[in-house]
Amino acid sequence: MSTPVVSLFDQLGGAAAVEAAVDNFYRRVLKDERVAHFFDDVDMDRQRAKQKGFLTMAFGGPHNYSGKDMRQGHAHLVTRGLNDAHVDAIIEILGATLKDMGVADELINQVAAIAESTRGDVLNR
Amino acid sequence: MPAIRFGTHSCQLRENETVLDGLLRHGIPVSHACKAGSCGSCLLRAEEGQVPAAAQAGLKDSWKARGYFLACQCRPDEDLLVAEVGSDARTSAVIRSLDLLSENVLRVRLQCANFAYIPGQYVSLIRGNGLARSYSIASLPKEDAIELHVRRVEGGQMSGWLFDESPKDEEVQLQGPAGECFYVPGKPQQPLLLVGTGTGLAPLYGILRDALRAGHTGPIHLIHGALRPEGLYLCDELRRLAAAHANFSYTASVVHAEAPGHYVVGPVAGLLAERFAELEGWRGFVCGDPALVQALKKKLFLAGMASREIYSDAFLFSA
Repeated sequence: MSTPVVSLFDQLGGAAAVEAAVDNFYRRVLKDERVAHFFDDVDMDRQRAKQKGFLTMAFGGPHNYSGKDMRQGHAHLVTRGLNDAHVDAIIEILGATLKDMGVADELINQVAAIAESTRGDVLNR
Repeated sequence: MPAIRFGTHSCQLRENETVLDGLLRHGIPVSHACKAGSCGSCLLRAEEGQVPAAAQAGLKDSWKARGYFLACQCRPDEDLLVAEVGSDARTSAVIRSLDLLSENVLRVRLQCANFAYIPGQYVSLIRGNGLARSYSIASLPKEDAIELHVRRVEGGQMSGWLFDESPKDEEVQLQGPAGECFYVPGKPQQPLLLVGTGTGLAPLYGILRDALRAGHTGPIHLIHGALRPEGLYLCDELRRLAAAHANFSYTASVVHAEAPGHYVVGPVAGLLAERFAELEGWRGFVCGDPALVQALKKKLFLAGMASREIYSDAFLFSA
């Protein structure tokens, strides 16, 4: 009998894990001077909802993001100087959040790889 | 299997089907995205019938109290009447009194036969000529009038009418209430921080007294900020409440003032940084000018307050 394959999203704890992670992640982002200035003038509730969408996707969960959404959603930030260093910082913060939640390195690497896969679209190239 | 009514539509759910899937299967458009209870796009409100707890996981307590739920997570045990978030109705009311709380703030009391609300929610006040403006509710439902605090807006049509023509005994319409910035009982020992500027005090005054009435035992701090000392109001009432309730304290904060009087001098943000730097486990209410509300919410969040525990109401002033 073969072992059923458990998805990354389920291994991480699904929607409950996203809910548990989002404040931790968002607070780290706002405290990180490398990226915080991109979030100065955004509405917190709306931004938090977007962060949840991003985390759901990065956790391997069901989502409706297309490469086009990613491009459109970040185009205005690219004009404000969003670059590879900022994407690196976000992936690093994402890893630190998961580490803080006690997630195993192996799973953190999988999440980082999904986030990494959006880099080209986020940076509009 | 339960039936779902939505506006003029109705549909019969199948075994183990969610409200979202059922509505979509019947061609009823409901906005949605992740279908995993995460993104929040499919938020609806149950006007009749009980939704299962799983459909409200992760929502603010005030949203739960008003029947908000995620359609994609909702497999109900009973029939539901659901609505888009924020559907409203109008009720007639009569202006009973208008009195000045400060140079620029008018207390308007309205009498209305049947108007259910929670202190801190807001209502649209609609004149006979159709002019509408939103105001937060400062009264408690058990009081015999609905109390609003109206700031005089330069060139403001509604505030000009109320201030200059004192339309006592005039009939108006109320629409609503709406808004999720209110006290929800259940965690009586949780420390509460209420922060507002200008007439942002109106909802906070309602929320404060609602919490005290509900027997909240944890510390409650209210900070009212104003640009100038004349912008402060209800100071005596708030001091009286502070004297009567050991767990309640009131601080007024004025940006432009020479020497401190019964208030501290400086912006509200400075006061927060100084006295409320560690807010993990607290609940917060922030009301007033939109830019300030946004900035203060972020301050509370960075001080450790969970985002779900931050309730806010940003005022938009229009002429």
